[in-house]
Amino acid sequence: MIDKRFASAREAVADIFDGATVMIGGFGEAGSPIELIHALIDQGAKGLTVVSNNTGTGLVGLAALLRAERVSKIICSFPKTAGSTVFPDLYRAGKIQLELVPQGTLAERIRAGGAGIVAFYTPTAVGTPLAQGKESRVFGDREHVLEHGIRADFTLIKGRTADTHGNVLYHRTARNFAPMMATAATVTIVQAAQVVDAGALDAEVIVTPGIFVDRVVHVPAPALESALNEAGASYP
Amino acid sequence: MTSATSIGWTRDAIAERVAQDIPNGSYVNLGIGIPELVASHVPAGRTFIYHTENGLLGMGPSPAASESDPELINAGKRRVTMMPGAAFFDQATSFAMIRGGHLDLSVLGAFQVAANGDLANWSTGADDAIPAVGGAMDLVAGVKRVFVMTTHMTKEGEPKLVQRCTYPLTGRAVVTRIYSDLAVIDVTARGFALVELAPGITFDFVQERTAAPIITSHALEARQ
Repeated sequence: MIDKRFASAREAVADIFDGATVMIGGFGEAGSPIELIHALIDQGAKGLTVVSNNTGTGLVGLAALLRAERVSKIICSFPKTAGSTVFPDLYRAGKIQLELVPQGTLAERIRAGGAGIVAFYTPTAVGTPLAQGKESRVFGDREHVLEHGIRADFTLIKGRTADTHGNVLYHRTARNFAPMMATAATVTIVQAAQVVDAGALDAEVIVTPGIFVDRVVHVPAPALESALNEAGASYP
Repeated sequence: MTSATSIGWTRDAIAERVAQDIPNGSYVNLGIGIPELVASHVPAGRTFIYHTENGLLGMGPSPAASESDPELINAGKRRVTMMPGAAFFDQATSFAMIRGGHLDLSVLGAFQVAANGDLANWSTGADDAIPAVGGAMDLVAGVKRVFVMTTHMTKEGEPKLVQRCTYPLTGRAVVTRIYSDLAVIDVTARGFALVELAPGITFDFVQERTAAPIITSHALEARQ
């Protein structure tokens, strides 16, 4: 019998090691796996490279992980969301490295990494500072830049519903990067508000097939950045 | 320099003018800020389907408080609604729509637009700025038509329509048409070309506030 459930977020993130590359789902607060991130803060791994679209807001979730100075580098498309102060301060102080990537290129680099595509050409960013130093080649009459796939050691994502085989459904725009990130890591960890037995989900509508998921943690009432921030919360 | 706020088109009038040029049934991505106003000025009898790159096609307006969902948001991370027939999808699919040329139109703001269609709208290149690009470079590289909606000049009175962008580029030769508070201007092989002047605005007034030549012979054909 296959059962990918872990009893707690703490146990699910226990083997994340110093220097690991960790993909973290979410676009703004939508899809941000707050409980897994907080468990990672408690766990203490440092020198991490994080791949995530944003850098979190307030003093909770991803922003709290950065504030704890566990992240040495972030690969990101939009690190200055309104309400984001932790990253700008660290960046200006030279305490974190930023690799800025156009959002679609970021998604495709993760998708490619997960699909065994080592690199691809795209016209996105040609002629801009983000293409500097990258190989380029003309296809047809158009210049393209070479972008490399990204793989990670761990992926942390949030689903609405998962089953014991690791099949996952998402909630609305919380889906965003999670399906790609699930494919691109050695170990993919999902926190889901609802966990059901294999066979309970309609196989026609599964978004992330279980082959991409290694660990499922039941987090029945996941916190949201906006609610935590309104309450003035900080973590730890 | 003259303030452009009391003359020419208001922001809503620019949005209304943009909306007139969008065919019924178009798939449209509206940039954050002033382009979002276009959704409030859809001409009677037309329906546009809005794409938001964080993963929704068929985006609707802001929700009533009772329907507000923190995980139903737009690319500006503001809460939105979904229209009948809407669809959710992941980022790779969303950017396949953009990069694969499936969207009909992207409407974006600008720091600068050059006479050759170069766009700068993501960074002023200032030393202390936190660089952030989001989906702008993908949109301009992939969407069939790119409209810019902008004030004709900066708050400091500097022209935004220039011969060459001095800010870091978002994309090279990507802008199709510019809608400012003073005029509608096409980007052509011969540079900026006047399509239409805002009410009460003269050509010379626009040219004086534009840092590259504007040709006028284009106007009639562009309006046909």
